[in-house]
Amino acid sequence: MTAELVTESAFDGGRRSRPPASRNPSAIRAAVYQLLLILGVVAVAIYLLHNVLANRERLGIAAGFGFLGREAGFEIGEGLIAFTPADSYARALLVGLLNTLYVAALGILLATIIGTLLGIARLSANWLMRSFAAIWVDTVRNIPVLLQLFVWWNLLRVSAPGPREAWQPFPSVFISNRGLILPVPVANPAYSWILGAFLVGIAAALAMHRWARRRQMATGRRFPTGWAAAALLLGPPLAVFLAAGMPFALERPVLHGFNFSGGKVVTPEFVALLTGLVVYTAGFIAEIVRAGILAVSAGQSEAAMALGLRRPQSLRLVILPQALRLIVPPLTSQYLNLTKNSSLAVAIGFPDVTSIANTTINQTGQAIEGIAIIMAVYESVSLLISLLMNWYGRATALVER
Amino acid sequence: MSDAAERRLVPCERPPVAAPSLIAWARANLFSSLASTAATVLALLFIAELAPPFLRWAVLDGTWSAGGGQQCRSAGGACWAFIGVWFRFILFGRFPYAEQWRPLVVVFIFLGMFLASCDRRLWGRRLVAIWALGAALVLVLMFGGVLGMSFVDTALWNGLPLTLILAVFGMLLAFPLAILLALGRRSSLPVVRALAVAYIELIRGVPLVSLLFMASVMLPLFLPSGLTIDKLLRAQVAIVLFSAAYIAEIVRGGLQALGKGQHEAADALGFGYWRKMRLVILPQALALVVPPLVNTFIGTFKDTSLVIIIGLFDLLSTATAALNDPNWRGFYWEAYIFVGFLYWCFCFFMSRYSRSLERGLDRGERR
Repeated sequence: MTAELVTESAFDGGRRSRPPASRNPSAIRAAVYQLLLILGVVAVAIYLLHNVLANRERLGIAAGFGFLGREAGFEIGEGLIAFTPADSYARALLVGLLNTLYVAALGILLATIIGTLLGIARLSANWLMRSFAAIWVDTVRNIPVLLQLFVWWNLLRVSAPGPREAWQPFPSVFISNRGLILPVPVANPAYSWILGAFLVGIAAALAMHRWARRRQMATGRRFPTGWAAAALLLGPPLAVFLAAGMPFALERPVLHGFNFSGGKVVTPEFVALLTGLVVYTAGFIAEIVRAGILAVSAGQSEAAMALGLRRPQSLRLVILPQALRLIVPPLTSQYLNLTKNSSLAVAIGFPDVTSIANTTINQTGQAIEGIAIIMAVYESVSLLISLLMNWYGRATALVER
Repeated sequence: MSDAAERRLVPCERPPVAAPSLIAWARANLFSSLASTAATVLALLFIAELAPPFLRWAVLDGTWSAGGGQQCRSAGGACWAFIGVWFRFILFGRFPYAEQWRPLVVVFIFLGMFLASCDRRLWGRRLVAIWALGAALVLVLMFGGVLGMSFVDTALWNGLPLTLILAVFGMLLAFPLAILLALGRRSSLPVVRALAVAYIELIRGVPLVSLLFMASVMLPLFLPSGLTIDKLLRAQVAIVLFSAAYIAEIVRGGLQALGKGQHEAADALGFGYWRKMRLVILPQALALVVPPLVNTFIGTFKDTSLVIIIGLFDLLSTATAALNDPNWRGFYWEAYIFVGFLYWCFCFFMSRYSRSLERGLDRGERR
């Protein structure tokens, strides 16, 4: 019916002199439709709000975020900052937020490295490497990530032995049903000096790179940038390390009775979540990397060879910059997926922001506020990742004449 | 044309065919360089380390029939007897035992719907009819209450049929909403556009878990007091709202890929907005985006496993519930291998189909 109306008015508009914009029938109709849509959305919102208020009054739940200041009263298994049951809900949610960010950041880093290696392995000339990567990719991509998390969690919680019979894959590294126990270096004031020297080395290497590039542009003379950078990056920290008398001591975990003392304990929940997310996302990143490399045409590597570039140079200067432009957008959505999938922590008992908000909702009944907090957290993290990756994408974009 | 060209040329000799010997193949694919040889040796060591213990666990020490978990534990290997005892529960959950032929038929109806969708000659109105008929049949078989079948509450719809229902109905119901959202995002009316963009971006930024929580704890607050909605329906609503945002973006991709000439041609024929979209734009735009739609369906299919978090009994939850039986505790590898294999079969063949379709659709565009 609408179709006929539009046709007719268009026909009329062509025959007569054009009416002024304010009396243009299609513009008026558009305004009316939009007004009706707004009214409809507002009416539904008011109706829902009315129901919420009535239901809350019936259940005796106060609206608003006042509950955040109240005492939480529950324990949190692990966190980057201290937490006791006497602390507030706000602090509990902060612990959860930091856990989410920590596992997401570490997961993104590891999935990128492993995914890239897998993607390259899928293009390997070696049949065994190729098949191994293909089996990994085709398996993890076609099984729900939650199922994979359950398998990892069971492997660490149910199959792993007690501390007395802990597996020891490397000296002083133990895997038991208490989690992964790692040795940690004993704190020493010289470490901050070494770190400082390393930062100075990075700055010096960057400055040297700029100088070398400018000189090559001006005079055509090359400078051994790689060796010089390695010397600048490793030299100063090594010098400080030697000057401080080589302070290197590890605090090794030791079995005491029924548990380990010393060392850093990583809980089975964290290891299961991180492993599951990394193994799953790496499968997707591998496909993206492979597609990106295959999409750069063979003519590009031939042209690089014709210019006299060696294989690593052509990869670094010609192939990868072009592949990266195709890789970055889908990679961004994989990073977002990994971050969102970290909310599955709730199923294996890792205290991320979703699971703590869920506990909070169950204790206080503040469902709307709790879910608003979860959504706000993920929206902001997604936005942040998108902004960073867009910035990176622009930095690697093709500069056309 | 090539025949004519060949006739004028000196007859070519065939290139010498490299003998397809095993040694030549191994040299090219396993030992082509020093690095390749090192990788081969490493991989072989890895296989030698892992394969014998796995085979011993799965086959030699495996128990194929047992009365209880204890018998398996003493054998020390895989307990395939666990699957033998529990597979009906894992597949159909607590659905009345005598009536379990109904969910079985439902699974086959879904398989039939998938197979019918693969046939491109059926694409269009006939496929819509097939899906509508299939969906109606599924509901009749699951609910019962007619034709002498007893009524079965949705709380007893468990296992594989529940997974398939959540995924397929999620996709079917999300589709119309997604098309409206995609058209809204490309609309010339600013209010419509703003609402569509806000919805799509809001949903795409949050995890499905948060929507499932919303459906299970927040939705009851929004309803007038006294009115309750079925738990399965709430989860279904969450999945529909979630996948609609993703499908909308895919449909938008198809709309954008279509040339401006199609719009102008439809305008020139005097079509109004809805007729233009229905008859000219959408049929072409949707055909372009079938492969990514299949990929989204695979994602939705895997994501339905998250309903375990709000306490629905899908395929993954029934397996986890079977593991809680005190007599059979600890055989999670067997349970998850079985369930994982079922998921894998569905997803792997759908993704292969999507890839072949992509190549097929691409063929017309390649010169």
